[in-house]
Formats: sequence, structure tokens, C-alpha cells
Amino acid sequence: MRGGGETGDLVLYGLCALAGLVVLATLVEVVYQLIGNSNLAIGHFGLGFLGHQEWNPHFGRLGAATLIYGTVVSSLMALVIAGPLGLSIAIYLAMLASPRVRSVVGPLVEMLAAVPSIIYGLWGLVVLVPFIHSIEPGLHNVLGWIPLFGPPQTTGFSIFTGGLVLTFMILPIISALSRDLFLTVPRELREGAMALGATQWEVIRGVVLPSTISGVSAAMVLALGRALGEAIALSFIVGDVSQINVSLFAPGATLAERMANEFLGTSSNLELAALWYCGLILLVIGLITSLLARLIARRFDVERAYARAVAV
Amino acid sequence: MTPGAELTSPEAPLFDPTAPLTATGNLRRRDGVDRAVRVGATLAAAIGVAMLALVVFSVVSKGASVISLGFFIHNPVGLVSGGIGSYLLGTIEIVAIAALVAAPIGILTGLYLTEFAGSRSRTGQTLKLALDLLQGVPTIVVGLVIYGLIVIPLHQPSGFAAGIAVAIVMLPLMARSSQEVLLLVPGTLREAADALGVSRWRTVLTVILPAASGGILTGAILAIARGAGETAPVLLADGSGFNPAVTDLNPFHAIPSIPIYILTIADEAIPNAFAHAWGAAFVLLVIILVANVVARALFVRSRGKMLAS
Repeated sequence: MRGGGETGDLVLYGLCALAGLVVLATLVEVVYQLIGNSNLAIGHFGLGFLGHQEWNPHFGRLGAATLIYGTVVSSLMALVIAGPLGLSIAIYLAMLASPRVRSVVGPLVEMLAAVPSIIYGLWGLVVLVPFIHSIEPGLHNVLGWIPLFGPPQTTGFSIFTGGLVLTFMILPIISALSRDLFLTVPRELREGAMALGATQWEVIRGVVLPSTISGVSAAMVLALGRALGEAIALSFIVGDVSQINVSLFAPGATLAERMANEFLGTSSNLELAALWYCGLILLVIGLITSLLARLIARRFDVERAYARAVAV
Repeated sequence: MTPGAELTSPEAPLFDPTAPLTATGNLRRRDGVDRAVRVGATLAAAIGVAMLALVVFSVVSKGASVISLGFFIHNPVGLVSGGIGSYLLGTIEIVAIAALVAAPIGILTGLYLTEFAGSRSRTGQTLKLALDLLQGVPTIVVGLVIYGLIVIPLHQPSGFAAGIAVAIVMLPLMARSSQEVLLLVPGTLREAADALGVSRWRTVLTVILPAASGGILTGAILAIARGAGETAPVLLADGSGFNPAVTDLNPFHAIPSIPIYILTIADEAIPNAFAHAWGAAFVLLVIILVANVVARALFVRSRGKMLAS
């Protein structure tokens, strides 16, 4: 080896390892900060914090139940809409569109992910809130027998509006990841099914979806995680109230949105700690969704799926 | 049932060579379902594009009218008049700090994963897990952490704190994209360098990084575009010091930025300032979308070059 090679290699290795350590240290610091700063609230409220609806900092009565409910419901609503829609877009892009159309439509849909959340928030506030307010009576008349579609409210600030904005934000995650997964299905499998007389839909249902289902589920979980943690886009459109309402048209609140709205204007140390506690809950939710997506996706292995399909 | 019994059972339709080759009711039904799915999927794609068009159209129609050269270069006068000069510079400064921190660490992490940790190595797996988890941390939580880590010890919000917060958001993106691109560098290049007796660090600096530079740059542009629009971390690290009159861009003081300006207008619902906020949103959106288009074009070109080499 030429002179200086050993030292140079060591320096490069050292730098790379240091960078890796910074990544690990950042993650540890995140956990440390959240636990340390929410200590006061954890000691004061314990796990009862998760089940208490009220948010009244002046009397020290604080709870995250409304926030957890709003977070979960708005994100699930976004997933219920964006899931099928994103899958359909992925099917179109991977199997129906000509290469030229695909290379235009795919990036356009993915651009939805590039739009920053503050612009979704502004758009939601100025455009979507009044629009949703105007269609609430119609939706209530048609779907009012479901408790979720309760009587129209006076403003349009609602979990429903928030869920719709989240739909915009997570749709590109689902459509892009699913499309990439669909494209990994070996051509000969699809063509084999076609040769047996299957229609395109039967190929999708019988070959493409079964062999990518775990990857697609992982994409859904990732998208859900993104929706659960969104703060800014929701901070001025869900209403930020402290009471659980079953109706989607009623105002609500989410964990991240409450933190964005209140963190810089807290009236007591206890409220501040409670907001850190909310952050800790959000972190746990975020870490669980990341781990879950990883766990599901690990079972998805294109080569193994291919080998199995060929062997059978 | 013995194998083959079902073939001879009277219920099983046997192939009849004399049957006419026309669609039976069943095939018509299958074709119908197939057509419905095709129409549905095409419609879904149209809806997806329409959703983007809806948002972009709103921003353009409400924001483009205030755009002029002065809007970019003049400093704001209060919340409702003047330009967005200082906001724009503040955002550029925050993103520059973030990129200066996140890009080297991200690229080096990518190098560690591809050049030093084997695909089965435990440290490599741990690092990948950490990157995934870091990417799963909600951005508002990143803001909280920087508030505790930097804002409280320095006793004030600052552009520096905002830059570090955005860097944490960008880091996993940077590391992952670098890793992906470095994996695309043909192994033959490494082997050729090894065969010539070139030491590893020289190979990395003179062969691998140059071959991957286009892709790494693409990742950096995408991460920067993402960082430019980040609001939640900047809000907690720097937002409480927002003041349209501040034009001093010392990173250790609170500095203004486009996202926090828009947030202030939307939050306080100042009616006559919305046109101005839409103008700022227009500028931000154009910068981000153009960066995305450029990054895409760059990636297609550099990938072509790398695979051809």
C-alpha cells in the first residue's frame, strides 16, 4: 500500500463513523429531551393524562384524550380516503399508463408531497374551510345516519377539514411507494397470467397485489405516521378545542397541532411540561409506526416472493 | 377424493372443441369489471393531478398579483406592505445553516453504510434503523428538542437554532439518498481502483464520490427544498422572535423567515395581510417546485451517465 494510505483510510473511517454516531446521538437526545422535560407532567398526571379530555391550564387540569382522539380520527380519515385513491393511482401508473403519460402524471402527483405544510395550512384556512362549511349540510343529509356526519357547524373548522388536508399530504406517499412496488413484480408473472386469459384486473388482484401486499401495507403505515405527526397544516383549521365530539364536522384538536399553537404561549410550567408530554406521546406513536412499517416491509422480499411464485 | 376425480365429475365443464368462440356471460362480466377498474384507476390519477392543480391554482391566483421585483428585494413595512426581502434572506440563511450541517453528516453516513458497514453488519443495521426512526420523528417534536437543547441554554430563539432543527429534518433524507446513490456506483469501479492498489480513501474521494456526485446533489436539492418549507421546527426554534421590522440577519438572534411570516398572518387572521401572505406562499412554492423539477432532471441525467460509464 502506498504511503499515507493507512492514515488516510483511518481518517475517512473515523469521519464516517463519527457521522453515524451523530445520527445515533441525535436520536438519543430526542428521547432524552422529551422524557426530561415532560417529567413534571408525567409525575403530576401519570397515565391518567391520556384519558382526560379537559385542557384548562389555569386550573392545572390538563389531559390529552381530546388530542389523541382528534389525531387518530383525522389521520384515519385521511388514510381511508388516500389509501384506495393512492392505490388506484399506483395501479394506473404502473400498469395502465403509457410510459410517456406515466413520466408526467407520476411526478405531478408526487409534487403534492413537496408542497410545504404551511401552504396546505394557508390553503386549508382560506379555501377549504369555507368550502367544507358550504357542503356540510349536503353531506349531513345524505350520510347523517352515521354519527360521524353530524349536524353542520357554524364555521367549517373541523376534524373533517383537517382530515382532508392530511389526505393531500399523504396521497403521494402511498401512490409513489405502491407504484414502485408494483413495478417490481416480474414481468413474466404478469404476462404469464395474461397468457392464461386473465384480464388486467385479474392480474392485479391475483398476481400484483398478493405479491406486494406487505410492502403496500408498510407504505400505508408510513403515510399514517406522517399524518399523525402533522402540526402546522392543522393548526388553524381543526378548531383547537378541548372536547371530544363524535361528529367529524365538529371542531377538534390534535397532539401536534396543540403543541404548535400553545407551546410559545404557555401560562404555567405545568402546561409547558404537559405539552412536552404530548410530544412524548407523539414520539412514541411516531416510533411505533416507523418500527411497524419496517417490520411489515421486512417480510416483503421481492426475490423471495418471485422464487415462491415460480416454484408453485 | 382421488386426484383426477373432479375431472370426471359431471359438474366440471369439459372442454368442448365445437363450442363457438364468442364471449359467454361470464367473460362479459369479467371484461366489465376490468373496464370499470381501468376507468376508476384513470379517474384516480386525474383526481391526483387535479388536487395538485387545485392547490397550485389557489396559490398562483391569490399570490401572483403582488409579485414584482420590489416584492423580492424590499424589506417588509409592518405585516401588510413592503416586500419580503428580509424573510427571503432569513429563510435562505436558515436553510444554508441546515444544509452545511446536514449535507456532510448525511453524505458521510451514507459512505459509512456503503463503504464500511457490510450489508449484514450489525452496526450498519443499527444505523439504518436509527435513520428510519429519526425520519419518523414528527417535525414539531424536532422543534421541541431544539427548544430544549439550544433555545433555552442560549436564552433566546435564533436562526442558528432553526438551522439545526431543519438540519435534523434533512439529515435522514440526505443520508438515505446518499446511500442509495452510492449503492448504484458500479462495483467494477471499486474493483478497478483496488486492482491498481489505490488506497480506500483515495478511491472514495477520486472515484466513488465523483461517480455519485450527480445523485448526491439531487438528494441535497430535494432535502433543501424540503427544509425551505419546514415550519414547525423553525416556529419553536426561532418563531417566538418573529418581528417584521427585524432585518438584521445575525444567526444568533431571532431572524424572520417566509414560513413563520405566513404562519403569523394565518394564525392571527389579519384580513388585509392575506394577499401579502399569498405572495410569500407563491414565492416559496415556486422555489420548492422548481427545485424538485431540477432535481428530477439532474437525477435522470446523472443516472444515465453513471450507468453508461
